[in-house]
Amino acid sequence: METATRKHPPYLLIWLYLALLTAAELALAFELPISQNMKLLLLMILAVWKAALVAMFFMHLKFERWNLRILAIVPLPLAAIFILAAMTEKIW
Amino acid sequence: MTHAAVNAMGPPSPTARGVDAYDMKLGMWVFLGSEVMFFTALIGTYVILRFGAPGEWARPGIVLSIPITAFNTFLLICSSVSMVKAYAAIADGNPKLLNVWMLVTIICGAMFVGIQVYEYQHLIHRGLLPSGVREGSELAELVANGTLPEATMGLYGSSFYTMTGFHGFHVTCGVISMLYLYVTKALRGKYTPQDYRGVEVVGLYWHFVDLVWIILFTIVYLV
Repeated sequence: METATRKHPPYLLIWLYLALLTAAELALAFELPISQNMKLLLLMILAVWKAALVAMFFMHLKFERWNLRILAIVPLPLAAIFILAAMTEKIW
Repeated sequence: MTHAAVNAMGPPSPTARGVDAYDMKLGMWVFLGSEVMFFTALIGTYVILRFGAPGEWARPGIVLSIPITAFNTFLLICSSVSMVKAYAAIADGNPKLLNVWMLVTIICGAMFVGIQVYEYQHLIHRGLLPSGVREGSELAELVANGTLPEATMGLYGSSFYTMTGFHGFHVTCGVISMLYLYVTKALRGKYTPQDYRGVEVVGLYWHFVDLVWIILFTIVYLV
């Protein structure tokens, strides 16, 4: 609970970012006339960006010690490997 | 309460210096690691089903109510910020504000679940079942005229209800947990700037649920 000894991050500003990014996702998904692959790529970037904002500022990972951050991050490469391996089902 | 006053009191001493986190918090992070793998299994399965499907996949905009879900997403984001404001309030020594923000979080979470139930009712009424499309329904007509692919609607229905259903279950657990802490601890003034572990730990869970929804919303409703 380190935050008791420091200034809190600008939570409302981060909330505004999240709301704007969600609006951008909706516009991208249903309004912009771009290719499906480009749309998929941009939507995933926006989703990861939003998820990172939540993890870093709301879950305070940005302010945790490095070894707790590693503990939190370890499942992500495993998840990526799993999903990439699953995607190869289509290739094979 | 000023920051100087908070500094004078200092944060609670962690029991484990290694990761500078007390047991409950460390336990929650380990649990969240297992939850990442749980949702990865669901998303991975969805990827296999979708990319290996024998035909086209239904466009979400035709089947699902995107405006309702977009509002629900916004609601969950609002609940996440209210949860972190509750955390900040008690860290700054303001238990009354903690109570207000926790209540806002509980209400937003309950509304999310309520809207999801409404969405399910609406979808079932339109004809989307976990097993596929109900005969004689509105969606069955769209399948008949070729707007929706017939071959993959069963996969679509089962994967949609499984992923969003499990997430909804997690949100429900979060709301119940917060309600319990709100009634038994927060309202009774048991949280102090020296000890607000329950708020932080349930907050971690709640933000994780929000984080998962951010990914699911994109994958299920937008792609």
